[in-house]
Amino acid sequence: MIIAVWLPLVMPLLAVPTARRLAESLPPRAAAWLLACCAATLAACTAAALGLLAAAGALRLPPVAAFGHLERALPGTDAAVTVPAAPVAGALLACCAVAVARRALRHRAELRAARRTADAHGLAGDLCVLPDAEPDAYALPGRPGRVVVTAGMLRALPPAEREALFAHERAHLVGRHHLFLLTAALAGACHPLLRGLRAPLAYALERWADESAAARVGDRQLTARAIGRAALAARTHAAAAPRPGTAPAATSGPVPRRVAALLRPDRPADRPRGRLLPVGRRLIAAALLACVAFSAAGAVDAAADLHQTVETAQGEQPGR
Amino acid sequence: MSETSPAARRPAGELEASVLAALWAAAGPLTPAEVQGELGGRLARTTVTTILSRLHDKGAVSRTRAGRGFAYSPIHDSAGLTARRMRSELDKQDDRTTALARFVSELTSEDEQLLRSLLDEADAPGAAGGPLPGSGTTP
Repeated sequence: MIIAVWLPLVMPLLAVPTARRLAESLPPRAAAWLLACCAATLAACTAAALGLLAAAGALRLPPVAAFGHLERALPGTDAAVTVPAAPVAGALLACCAVAVARRALRHRAELRAARRTADAHGLAGDLCVLPDAEPDAYALPGRPGRVVVTAGMLRALPPAEREALFAHERAHLVGRHHLFLLTAALAGACHPLLRGLRAPLAYALERWADESAAARVGDRQLTARAIGRAALAARTHAAAAPRPGTAPAATSGPVPRRVAALLRPDRPADRPRGRLLPVGRRLIAAALLACVAFSAAGAVDAAADLHQTVETAQGEQPGR
Repeated sequence: MSETSPAARRPAGELEASVLAALWAAAGPLTPAEVQGELGGRLARTTVTTILSRLHDKGAVSRTRAGRGFAYSPIHDSAGLTARRMRSELDKQDDRTTALARFVSELTSEDEQLLRSLLDEADAPGAAGGPLPGSGTTP
């Protein structure tokens, strides 16, 4: 247990960069599923490991031991590590729980605020127009989902490109992409390293919606132009009233990469390292699978170990 | 089956959305013929007229007499101010991405240059859709 239980806590160090690299070489839909599933699994393993560490320590406390019908103290030579680690693990687990709860509540509050805004305006079909000059558009999940667009955005785009925008937002709604984002946000609350999966996941979801929109309107270039024009219009507007906190990034941002991916699907100019060869992709996939499997196996092994230890302490014969 | 155009087979809600979007994008009130032109003639005039009167019944648009028919414009409701306040509340929460997937994220200067060159390159054979916003063509 002493080694296995730590595996899920350190594995994101390896798994997160591996998953990001693999996602870059996958089609957007597969990439989104991969990143979301990785985030969820690794977060669950982290929580399990913390829980096991805390439980192993707690069982050494007399009241807990009595509650668990332990006839003698937990055996094991690892008391020197387990005992001090337990309160730390317990505290971390509590922090995780609070962070996850707060994240979930905030997510709900954000959706509510957005929904209130949308409800204040007339709807036509699934469209809600905000009488705002600033170009902005987003998909508002719910039943039914809505496409929220500002008047500024509608004025910035010609009719055909507006259809591409609507198709993009409807793809978000149909694919229930907000659940992917929520998964990543909650996983990030469990383990800080998992926050590194959120940006690539958000990008994969945008690409997924872009591809759906391009298929829907039947024109990749039109879709690319709609994205480009919307981003430039938003920027022109923002330049008039500068927003604080927009630091220039070292690498190209998501919008040029999305446009490039639509305009030249065979030539991803945005990726300095280029597309992976099939062999390389398979190797990376194997590495990622190993990371996740080790993480899960670590948690399961530690759980089985603790279970056996407890049974021994309860006076049962081991191995029966 | 194959007689109906792809536009006509779209769900009614999507058609309403397109028509309302055209009204919002326009500078002034539009007649059904103008809306039809805006949408590239994908819909029959009667369809556009039907959708416009349905939107009017719902209170999403207002109309004024124009010749023998009506001209329609979107309703700028008084709730707009409240909405703007809520929106700025939303903006204050530093990362909205958790709940809402926005169409475009902010561009850096490098992004903007890269984006313009990508689109210009793609545009070279027969530019369509009008100039990009904020192009460096100021006299």
